[in-house]
Amino acid sequence: MSLQASTSQTVGPFFIIGCTWLNRNEIAGEGVAGERVTIEGRVVDGDGKPVPDALVEIWQANSQGKYAHPDDTQNKATEPNFQGFGRIPTDDDGKFRFTTVKPGPVPGPDGKPQAPHLAVSVFARGLLRRLVTRIYFPDESGNSEDYVLNLVEPERRGTLIAKKIAKPGWLEWNVVLQGDGETVFFDV
Amino acid sequence: MGKISGYRRPFPGTQPNFLHPSYVSSIKRAPKKPLIYVPHTLTEVTGPVFERKIVDVKAFDLTKQHSGEPVGERIVVTGRVLDENGRPVRDTLVEIWQANAAGRYLHKRDQHDAPLDPNFSGCGHTMTDSEGRYRFVTIRPGEYPWGNHHNAWRPAHIHFSLFGPAFATRLVTQMYFPGDPLIPYDPIFKCTADEKARNRLISQFDWESTVPVQALGYRFDIVLGGREETPMEHK
Repeated sequence: MSLQASTSQTVGPFFIIGCTWLNRNEIAGEGVAGERVTIEGRVVDGDGKPVPDALVEIWQANSQGKYAHPDDTQNKATEPNFQGFGRIPTDDDGKFRFTTVKPGPVPGPDGKPQAPHLAVSVFARGLLRRLVTRIYFPDESGNSEDYVLNLVEPERRGTLIAKKIAKPGWLEWNVVLQGDGETVFFDV
Repeated sequence: MGKISGYRRPFPGTQPNFLHPSYVSSIKRAPKKPLIYVPHTLTEVTGPVFERKIVDVKAFDLTKQHSGEPVGERIVVTGRVLDENGRPVRDTLVEIWQANAAGRYLHKRDQHDAPLDPNFSGCGHTMTDSEGRYRFVTIRPGEYPWGNHHNAWRPAHIHFSLFGPAFATRLVTQMYFPGDPLIPYDPIFKCTADEKARNRLISQFDWESTVPVQALGYRFDIVLGGREETPMEHK
């Protein structure tokens, strides 16, 4: 039997009424091992205007590089307070912020470990499908070897790498939907 | 890790392009650069797992979330979540949200001049069972005007959000009602080029789930990306 996947439709402007119950900007619960990091940023449109009705979802491995999912058969431990999922709506200024632990490396398609990264989905009114992107970490030696980063033309890779800001343990990562500095989005 | 099977990519034409100018909100939000194709790695073939225990009756019966009965026509919405290989997608989270019977969302930015219903919030969630089935009880949502173009009205619809087994299978879509005269004029419905694919977003009236004296039933099946049969090399 072969079926075709259902077609995507926009979340529209009012998704928040249905999605709030699962909002989660503290991805790592108490006692979860790893380096804590807070990531904040903004979603902006093709005019550079904030997008106040976007939803950012995060999927990530724990600090050992283990996903809390049955298909991750690596011999590494999951943690009870770590599911790896975050859901953060943007505020009136298009801003979002979440706290988590930096993930460990997970295997890549070339047999080498991928550099630590978070998988990101972006939903919004005006987006007929979700946008998929990734957040990588600054000063990470694995970035130069990362299979997925190397699929991206060098001058655009920076859109995928969070930047250090003045506060220790905080990073900034923005989503530019369109135009100058457009974030790299993936076909997955 | 041994070999990993990725998920199938959508059949051409069955998913909307990002830019669909008749849907005005897409004009400044659609990316202009092409997406970069990524082979599925462990990141994309895994995804959040939700436990069944999050579900209570109020979650999937939107008519029972307040002290009184909501206004409007009670309906039952049921269906199966399958993958492209025809297998049920078990224990997966399904979320819905919708306008009330008058076509108004419980949201601060919805300024449509129609009444809110103190007995209707318009959101729910459930998990599919071992056969991939889900069931919601709700109120038939009203059509409502929007600012996309002159005299624009959205057909009645319910928003659906699904996770499926992996990051790659995440889907947000909308369910429409059979015979709704607004459907052929709706730029969001029409954003998908493939006519058969978009028509699958229209639910079907269903005697089987219709409850005598209580509620009409509508059936809406959803298909998520299926696993590739040939595993990719993935050490």
